[in-house]
Amino acid sequence: MTRKTIFVLALALAAAPAFAEIDLSGSWQAINHEDALERGAGPNPDDWAGLPFNESGRAKALSFSQSIISMPERTCWFQTQWHIAAGPFSLRMWAVPDPITGKVQAWMIGAWETRAPMTIWMDGRPHPSKNAPHDQTGFTTGVWNGNELIATTTHLKSGYIRRNGAASSDQATITTHFRRHGDLLTLTLIMDDPVYLTEPYILTRSYNLATNPVAIGGPPCIVGDEGVESGRVPHYLPGKNPFVDEMTKRYGIPPAAAMGGAETMYPEYREKIKAAFKRPEKCTINCG
Amino acid sequence: MKKIALVTLAILAAHATAFAQGRGRGGAPAPPQTAKAAAPIDVTGYWVSVVTEDWRYRMVTPAKGDYQGVPMTPEARKIADAWDPAKEEASGEVCKSYGAPAILRVPGRLHLTWQDDQTLRMDTDAGKQTRVFHFGNWKPASGGPHTIQGDSVAVWEGGGRGATDGAMKVTTTNLKAGFLRKNGVPYGEDTSLTEYYELIAMPDGAPLLVVTISTTDPMYLRQPFVITSQFKKEPTDAKWHPTDCSATW
Repeated sequence: MTRKTIFVLALALAAAPAFAEIDLSGSWQAINHEDALERGAGPNPDDWAGLPFNESGRAKALSFSQSIISMPERTCWFQTQWHIAAGPFSLRMWAVPDPITGKVQAWMIGAWETRAPMTIWMDGRPHPSKNAPHDQTGFTTGVWNGNELIATTTHLKSGYIRRNGAASSDQATITTHFRRHGDLLTLTLIMDDPVYLTEPYILTRSYNLATNPVAIGGPPCIVGDEGVESGRVPHYLPGKNPFVDEMTKRYGIPPAAAMGGAETMYPEYREKIKAAFKRPEKCTINCG
Repeated sequence: MKKIALVTLAILAAHATAFAQGRGRGGAPAPPQTAKAAAPIDVTGYWVSVVTEDWRYRMVTPAKGDYQGVPMTPEARKIADAWDPAKEEASGEVCKSYGAPAILRVPGRLHLTWQDDQTLRMDTDAGKQTRVFHFGNWKPASGGPHTIQGDSVAVWEGGGRGATDGAMKVTTTNLKAGFLRKNGVPYGEDTSLTEYYELIAMPDGAPLLVVTISTTDPMYLRQPFVITSQFKKEPTDAKWHPTDCSATW
């Protein structure tokens, strides 16, 4: 084939529409307008309203003491892939091409603090055996549904769903849907956890395409000795959690609502708490 | 050179067929598809809010002065600081927090139906509101009245090729001033709204309606206010429970 032939063919191909896949690469500035407190400074202690807990999930959350992350074994407990949904961070996305074929082998997502970049394998490789080791990063594969990228993450270690002790188990699966509309990117993240949830938990995040580059990654979570004596696991025994009514007193929300459960996610629940709710006269803390 | 030209033409022709939606083959152009026929996703049916985000601002009425997350201007803050729910209730203007920029944040159910081949209608049980999404060449009347739900123009984006990635983009203008949140966070009459309605498959295959809502208000917002609401599909109207607007709950 002559050079001219190649040029003409290339021109013809360039005129073609992209039949699937949309370019997600670039720096994406987080828009933290919803759940601003949860994603910023952090949620109120023992506020699990809107979380589809089962009894085990609730009991585990109630036993949570923030000091637990001083244990070397749990220092990085907050850094599973769910951090992309629950944290406040912007994203940097880039594609990694196969050096021979040029096809995208993986999408990488970096930039949120204390996490290594996330790899979404796009080359059709299977997930490892269920007996393979689990870690904070897990194992993620992606497929395109037209212009929607769907990523599935398994092989996670136990981590958090909300940064106040609500936990996910090592059996959890996270499905992340990436939808781009011009300079706006929306992620829908679905956590399915048969151990601690009665139904999937859904969070959404939106981002603006940014011209200023977002750093590819912050410093990793490093395990260190914070002086917790070996063998001690900071926790609260049942009925002894001292923060259990902090959020409910602050906002006048009935205690049962703060304990979560699937029913707290649906409109009917408003009627259930209407009589018990007492709206505070004025916001006094974290008012925006 | 002839060969090259032929190959090039063949490739371009192949691509052209991919674009040929709505055109007949070898004859006069077929009439354009109606919005209903061209819909890449089916958003009709009953949908229930799934409130996993902004719970304190949606499931109960937040305290005066609680504005977390909203990029308000100082002017907006002044107005919100003067919010008095009793006065709102007494004034009869109880639907201010049920306008188009806020209605999908109100916990409740949606009912989406085709009003005709070019018009999709959305009813809500909470606040008994109706929004109308006009496809095609419909244009809002110039100088027409501003209303709680405004005038909405809709277009389909994406989809086809066997994929379910399509979206309904809705642009809304001519809004009457209202509240983004029940506790008096204001939006003005120059507000415009861009929304993307999309379907996501849940792990069990059930559809989830996800709506990304971007509200622009030159008067009361420093930047577009972007939030996303999600809804699960319900098989029937069994849980449809119409309730009136309330300024206090």
